[in-house]
Amino acid sequence: MHIVDSPAGSTRPAATGPSPAAPRRRGGASTGLRTRAAAARLLWTLVTGAFLVFFALPVVWLLLAPTKTDGQIIRDDPFSFGSLDGVVTAWRNLYSFQDGVIVSWLENSAVYAFGALLITLVTSIPAGYGLALTRFAGRRLLLTTTLLVMIMPNVALVLPLYLEMEAVGLAGTIWSVILPFSFFPFGVYLTYIYFSSTIPQDLLSAARLDGCSEWRVFTSIALPLSRPIVALVAFFSFVGNWNNFFLPFVMLPDSAQYPVQVGLNNLLTSSAVFNTSSGVGNQIMRPELALATIVTVIPVLLVFLFSQRALVSGMLAGATKN
Amino acid sequence: MTTLPASAPGHRSGARGTDGPAHRAGDPSRRMGAVFVSGYVVLLLAFGVLPTVYAVWLSISNSRGQLVGLGNFIRTFADYRFLSAFGHVLLYLVIWLGTLMGLVVGLALMLHGRMRRTSAALRFLYYIPGALAGVASVLLWLIMLDPAASPAGWLLRAFGWETLAQVIAPDHLPALFTVIAFWTGAGGWIVIMYAALNNIPDEVLEAARIDGAGVVQTALRIQLPLLRKWIAYMLILAFAAGTQLFVEPQLVSTVSWGMISDSWSPNQLSYLYAFQAGDFHGAAALAVNLMVVGLACASVVVFRAGLFERD
Repeated sequence: MHIVDSPAGSTRPAATGPSPAAPRRRGGASTGLRTRAAAARLLWTLVTGAFLVFFALPVVWLLLAPTKTDGQIIRDDPFSFGSLDGVVTAWRNLYSFQDGVIVSWLENSAVYAFGALLITLVTSIPAGYGLALTRFAGRRLLLTTTLLVMIMPNVALVLPLYLEMEAVGLAGTIWSVILPFSFFPFGVYLTYIYFSSTIPQDLLSAARLDGCSEWRVFTSIALPLSRPIVALVAFFSFVGNWNNFFLPFVMLPDSAQYPVQVGLNNLLTSSAVFNTSSGVGNQIMRPELALATIVTVIPVLLVFLFSQRALVSGMLAGATKN
Repeated sequence: MTTLPASAPGHRSGARGTDGPAHRAGDPSRRMGAVFVSGYVVLLLAFGVLPTVYAVWLSISNSRGQLVGLGNFIRTFADYRFLSAFGHVLLYLVIWLGTLMGLVVGLALMLHGRMRRTSAALRFLYYIPGALAGVASVLLWLIMLDPAASPAGWLLRAFGWETLAQVIAPDHLPALFTVIAFWTGAGGWIVIMYAALNNIPDEVLEAARIDGAGVVQTALRIQLPLLRKWIAYMLILAFAAGTQLFVEPQLVSTVSWGMISDSWSPNQLSYLYAFQAGDFHGAAALAVNLMVVGLACASVVVFRAGLFERD
């Protein structure tokens, strides 16, 4: 965490600093300006540093917590390292909770997130393409509805969705989670933006003149070009579904079916740390809770770190300077 | 979407891009367009439109399928938990939106145009907690807020709080939820605001500097007005999401030794109606209230804020 320590290491002239020409022109004022610039730089370092502490330290703490025992967490320096044995013990305790249910939760999360991802890609990529590059009846209505649904918080639809699933007899099955997850208007919108801004109409017209069917145009020209957007849609869909709590919480009655997010809630309520009455018979304390949290976010974190560059450039397409 | 009829290689003519007379009903592009969107349309109808319609129907009918007008709404308004749940969320929104706007814009301005490498590293580090969304972030913060185990225990004790119960007292919740939401979500918004700031041409800033504007003047008179659309966008989305609070109060309530009601937020109340009282019509009425708020926010973004003027 020594990133902010060296403001002097910056080579770029700061926007606040006096411009090189200023001291010469203003003569005696230069000392005052220099002091002010130094004060501004100090303030900058203090404020951004304070927020770095706020954003980063809980994460550092979380990574260290499973190496210690609960007693060590309370007594020792919060940022000390316990031992690797500590992690093994924490995992053993976590695993013994309901006979390794943590592994089933992770598997369930993977099935739900990847199952939904597959359906999302198969439906949203052609849909974005169709909206961007073909004209059909109801196109504008579909576009407007997509925008509205995309921005509306999906939590609001969870209870109605449950009732709908109940009415068709799917509530409580894995389909009650996978199917609503695979409806991803945001992905359609991203694809639509991508195709409308990257593929020149002339290219498509040329392909048609050469005798390509509409379907061939899509599969041979648009799809090969759409790799970046497929990656982006896949990322957002995966992360969103992996982290979703409310929908599976409402839909699924049985712990063995829970995804890991709902499982975490279960761990929390059964932990003696927060609930002395229900902590009997398990060893779920802070190190185990921290470890469970880490295990839960590892898949997201991996995807996140590997695709950071692609994501930022993709997210900001059109918003950055050329 | 596996087998699709290959349409005849049509001889196409005329300019595309507008819904002009060139697009007759037999236009292959027209037919194929509908095929391309069909899978998505099925999902949209089943999981977007249908639940909305179904919720509205349930909210105005009773268990025997009779229309009861606004009866369910009036009944839920009269519930003693209704006003407090909506009041809690309103208070939270005021604190959360104020904090979000002030700090995100402030930090983006500070990070912009200074020390490229440091600023890029900071933006990335601010952004990392975003991976710990939902339950994970609340769980972590429940430990962070326990004076016994928190690395910031000294800070909490400085406020005079010795136990977790004192920290998560009902009065503190709107502020605590703001801290959690800010921790997980602010990084992403800072990145977006930063990009929007990048979009302001250098010449404009240069001109301001030559005219003698300092950093503060430039921020207030030039950068902020140019960020207006993005700030509005952020506030509307954050407002709509804030009304849907569920995980945070739910988890805090389960560890609060009964101190915090399990109907703290409207979504929790609606959950209780459905699954504790079996009153799906009341639950639907509550869900419709929230849907109206969400839809209203969405409409403002789509039709007013002008951020989607692409078509």
